[in-house]
Amino acid sequence: MPIVAGMGDEVFKALADPTRRKILDELAERQGQTLFEICSRLSTKHQIGLSRQAISQHLAVLEAAGLVETRREGRYKFHDLNTGPLERITDRWIRREPPESHR
Amino acid sequence: MKVNLSSVYVDDQEKALRFYTEVLGFVKRSDIPLGADRWLTVVSPEEPDGTELVLEPDSHPAVRPYKEALVADGIPLTSFAVDDVREEFARLSELGVRFVQEPVEMGEITVAVLDDTCGNLIQIASHQTQDGA
Repeated sequence: MPIVAGMGDEVFKALADPTRRKILDELAERQGQTLFEICSRLSTKHQIGLSRQAISQHLAVLEAAGLVETRREGRYKFHDLNTGPLERITDRWIRREPPESHR
Repeated sequence: MKVNLSSVYVDDQEKALRFYTEVLGFVKRSDIPLGADRWLTVVSPEEPDGTELVLEPDSHPAVRPYKEALVADGIPLTSFAVDDVREEFARLSELGVRFVQEPVEMGEITVAVLDDTCGNLIQIASHQTQDGA
């Protein structure tokens, strides 16, 4: 179940990096972006001049945390924001539901 | 020295000619039989003597993997200038063109990325402020 991913340290590690937070900001603005679009947005809007490989690695960290999901559509590959892990953070500390209930 | 030719590798020259002329709006410039293929070029109607775009066969074994890898990451092979990306996006979408990146502002330009149906992604770009003067 993908919902289990994202309850552990991965989410907090993923969120601890400013570039990764920018990637989430951009995906929140529009879902379904190609790697090219994400790289273009980071370089032109945020002057983040990282290599495509570096961005790919950031995306892999976000995906491992369950914050980003990828889907293939034919020959294309798109990235979507998944806010599920963030909702579980608010459940835990704002709505005060015991974390065990999310297992 | 100047650039007079640019190439896109296409999986089918006839299909490419139709897409680049009937859909995108270029006009045919050269069409010369060349063995099994054609020396086939199109130009912009705005610049009939300008840079020619060669619709080149992609039959070399190295080309297909190259094209597929670019498409998977959403990377356009080349970029064309348009007056207004959002207008072109609307016009081409109406004609059934598939966009993998809808118009987005990137600094001073607006860009979008479309599928040319021949195995390539193509970017269209326009400057934010149109100033003809």
